[in-house]
Amino acid sequence: MPDDTQIGGMRQQFPTTRWSIIERTRSAQTEERQRALDSLISAYWKPVYKYIRLHWKRENEEAKDLTQEFFSRLIEKNLLDRFAPRRARLRTYLRICVDGLVINADKAAQRLKRGGDVTLLRLDFETAEGELKELPLAGADNPEEIFTREFARSLFGLALERLRSECAVNGKTIHFQLLELYDIEEGGRQLTYDDVARRFGIKTADVTNYLAYARKEFRRIVLDELRTMTASEEEFRREAHTLLGVKL
Amino acid sequence: MTRLLSDSAIERLREAADSPDLAGTRYRLVEKLGQGGMGGVFRVEDTALDRQVALKVISVADPDETSSFRLLQEAHVIAKLEHPGIVPVHDAGLLSDGRPYYTMKLVQGRRLEEHVATVPALSDRLRIFLRICDAVAFAHAHGVLHRDLKPSNVMVGPFGEVLVMDWGLSKLMAEKVENSASSSVDPGPKKPDSSATSFGTVLGTPGYMSPEQSRGESVDQRADVYSLGAILQFLSADLSHVPRALAAIRKQSIAEDRTKRYQTVQDLASDVAHFLDGLPVSAYPEGRLTRAWRWIVRNGVWILLLLAYVAARALLIFFRPR
Repeated sequence: MPDDTQIGGMRQQFPTTRWSIIERTRSAQTEERQRALDSLISAYWKPVYKYIRLHWKRENEEAKDLTQEFFSRLIEKNLLDRFAPRRARLRTYLRICVDGLVINADKAAQRLKRGGDVTLLRLDFETAEGELKELPLAGADNPEEIFTREFARSLFGLALERLRSECAVNGKTIHFQLLELYDIEEGGRQLTYDDVARRFGIKTADVTNYLAYARKEFRRIVLDELRTMTASEEEFRREAHTLLGVKL
Repeated sequence: MTRLLSDSAIERLREAADSPDLAGTRYRLVEKLGQGGMGGVFRVEDTALDRQVALKVISVADPDETSSFRLLQEAHVIAKLEHPGIVPVHDAGLLSDGRPYYTMKLVQGRRLEEHVATVPALSDRLRIFLRICDAVAFAHAHGVLHRDLKPSNVMVGPFGEVLVMDWGLSKLMAEKVENSASSSVDPGPKKPDSSATSFGTVLGTPGYMSPEQSRGESVDQRADVYSLGAILQFLSADLSHVPRALAAIRKQSIAEDRTKRYQTVQDLASDVAHFLDGLPVSAYPEGRLTRAWRWIVRNGVWILLLLAYVAARALLIFFRPR
């Protein structure tokens, strides 16, 4: 047993330099605040939309309106200022805010058509709706599970896009393609490394190394993105456990 | 454009993110072997020695570091328990991503729960059980409680070797900690949180966990005796007829009240060995007739020889020329 083996490894593995998205949304600088909100919206708009569709079982058009209204209120009413990291995770807080919005929308039967008084965001609802049609609807799941699963889908999707572009910039496109084939495509895991090597015209040992690189980078990017989406070290760790921890 | 990830793709990506980063180590990842409560076990190639070993590493996310602590403690404990029934640890350290790991012998075998289906004879199953008891009694002698004994934590190798695995919940017995005797096992790393396995914390597997352990009370070697009793029950569960003496052994080993259980694993093993040899067992007091019958059955050959000798002598006397 080496002497340097010690508890505390996990603390060393997570980057801590990036500002939390919550801190950034409270920044005095408008540009910084806007960038933070853009990041938050890009990670959360699909989970919010799909959550309203799956959990609240709202029609396509109503779900679009509610999603727009939710983010509009989030910005205009500074809902993030009320978020207390000690009391809940950001993900849970946002879900509860969505719940509140939908419930209030139900109560306000006499209200004007939604969307009339909100700032419209450019969100690709057609894609989100197409994704819902492609995926099996899991309406029986509890609200937290639906929202968590959709957030994981959104976050992993964003992380893969970042990995793709970083690999391209670093001349490692093949590394990303291997990850895509082996870890994302259905049936990829049935291939042997020899099969993959033949398909890409590389050595079997290279498949191992390239795949290890892509997985390592994917993990790094996911954790990096997750750090920006959380407000405290504790929340970050809990979210990492929820989203990356394997099923126990 | 962001691609749509199916639920199964998300699971695979989680698994991929969880795979150990072996850069800078002498190991090369081959495949994932399994997943436990604490982390994953991977088959890796030890490039320095050109052999395959098993590498255990905590999952990528370990929010409170309890798993890191348990993994390192497990490595420290197993490393000190050199016994043929306990899988040897080769190496331990930190991966470049900061996660602790250790490597151990790659056991090519089956979990007891699968293996038992291929062993129909009760006597063979009990011999396996005795080897489990040997390993656990050895650990107890070195001050270590397993605390999670169950069929899935026992491997049976292709040559019949029996190995007790998964010492992640193992704990030093209180008296060994207090005495800090040189023969006892070094507990390894210090706990990040002293309450991690203390009173009130329930760790273990329902069905195999002693009542006191499920209540979160402090435990001693009798908790492992209970788990062994539950394993004995598992090993004889599919028998159409369980001999009374064996049933009594099972009953005593899983007694609700630990003072009524076997007090040590050796006591339990001794009764099982006696049962196998056709000897009386302490858990099942026998009447005189039963004992006499057992004596007759055990000494049948000698009794027959004696009877034959007596008959021959009688015949010789009877037919002796007068």
